[in-house]
Amino acid sequence: MDIVFRDVEHRYQINTPFEKRALYDIHMDIRNGSYVAVVGHTGSGKSTLLQHLNGLLQPTKGTVHLGKYTITAGKKEKHLKSLRKKVGIVFQFPEHQLFEETVEKDICFGPMNFGMSEQEAKARVGEWLALVGLPEEVRHKSPFALSGGQMRRVAIAGVLAMNPEVLVLDEPTAGLDPRGRKEMMDMFAQLQRRKGMTIVLVTHSMEEAARYADDIIVMHQGTIVRRGAPEHIFRHVDDLIGLGLDVPETVLFQRAIEQKFGVQFHAPCLTIEDVIKNLQTLFTRVKRI
Amino acid sequence: MNNMIIGKYVPGDSLIHRLDPRTKLLLMFIYVFIVFLANNEWTYGVLTFFTCALLFLSRIKLSFIIKGLKPVLWVIVFTFLLHVLFTKEGNIVFQWLGIEVYDKAIQQGAFISLRFLLLIVVTTLLTLTTTPIEVTDGMESLLSPLKKWNIPVHELALMMSISLRFIPTLMEETEKIMKAQMARGVDFASGPLSERMKAMTALLVPLFISAFKRAEELAVAMEVRGYRGGNGRTKWRELTWRGIDTAFMILLGFLAIVLWLLRS
Repeated sequence: MDIVFRDVEHRYQINTPFEKRALYDIHMDIRNGSYVAVVGHTGSGKSTLLQHLNGLLQPTKGTVHLGKYTITAGKKEKHLKSLRKKVGIVFQFPEHQLFEETVEKDICFGPMNFGMSEQEAKARVGEWLALVGLPEEVRHKSPFALSGGQMRRVAIAGVLAMNPEVLVLDEPTAGLDPRGRKEMMDMFAQLQRRKGMTIVLVTHSMEEAARYADDIIVMHQGTIVRRGAPEHIFRHVDDLIGLGLDVPETVLFQRAIEQKFGVQFHAPCLTIEDVIKNLQTLFTRVKRI
Repeated sequence: MNNMIIGKYVPGDSLIHRLDPRTKLLLMFIYVFIVFLANNEWTYGVLTFFTCALLFLSRIKLSFIIKGLKPVLWVIVFTFLLHVLFTKEGNIVFQWLGIEVYDKAIQQGAFISLRFLLLIVVTTLLTLTTTPIEVTDGMESLLSPLKKWNIPVHELALMMSISLRFIPTLMEETEKIMKAQMARGVDFASGPLSERMKAMTALLVPLFISAFKRAEELAVAMEVRGYRGGNGRTKWRELTWRGIDTAFMILLGFLAIVLWLLRS
């Protein structure tokens, strides 16, 4: 489903001395099936933005269009539940939402809330476990007996089990080891490619944003300040640093090489593979001379 | 939930904000007693004036307080109605469908709801103008004479400040978990009772687990930093009793005397 934000603003605790404007002037379009990364400093409004994606928060001004659903400021929306089935959100540290006695029950919780029968849900648990890379043995264990990384996977399986069209991920890899990170990010990328899921990823890791996203949204103090393909965003290194953000290591490395040798690569290196490719061409050029 | 102002602190720099927390605690404590001295128009008038003066001095917007007290307002209206309908004293003011309303009943109802309202306003004012840390520091200092009888005043104050400190954290946590479960299709607001019980488990189990974890982490963090109870522990924020505090206590004394003289 296409996602369109028009002039969206959100204020917390409106009309109290604690009123705080967390989002303003948000205009954005997310195409169906795309992979978008939202980056920004802590407090830039990323989390507020993503809670608008399934009606957990309603804008205090403007409109949010989510496929055929429209959420307008000030109007009570009735179809939130069917909307929430279509937009799955994996919150930060999703393992904190586990509560059932067994992994199987916890994974079935979401789909059963949205009307799937218990038999069908149970029959498909294996499929979901496999999707997040968990062994079949954990099915009847208590989720609290698992390791932190495994709990995270169970929680993510619980959201994927709802079979959403849009998957919103709030720092899904925070606190995981490097291998777990890569496996998880590769799994999300596959879901996008194979199932055509739209993915919105909030992350602090510029490497992840650069490697996986088609499109990057940069937020700063409650609004969108940059938007574009990774090659475009990471061309302006000082710009990002000025916004309190990191730049992928590869881009920094590239910049050091470029300065040292007085050369210019034709595009920012977003992955190690890019760096290798560019260095190889550089070396062959050097050799020829 | 966000509209409730009881127990909330509003930062400010008014006279009331700057009073010693012990003054405010004593003030509130004594006020709760002297409210009961009032029993006629004059005494209630003086009390209301005093309370309004405190409100004015605190520089907190009146609209904010009125909005925040809305939930309590129902209780007050209910109290009033109870008195009006069930007190049978004085002369009948009017009769309607067999309901007799007496003039004394209206008076008594009005007084008692006013008393209730004043109590709530003053206690709310205390928390609105005093940080929870100040409140516990004040309590600890006021209760310190009890140490003689081996009452663990410091530990009690610590428990209180920890629980106050974690109210917002737990509220935040609750909201986070609620949102996560709502995203998984839980409906906390409607649906049959059995469904809602299930929804509560989905909220309470994670909440308890995180509260236990947090408690353990806090205990470890405190021990690591060498915490070992109240003996010999100095304070970073020392309470200072100033002239204005004495003045307020004297003012309160006057208020009590005036009420005593005016009551019938």
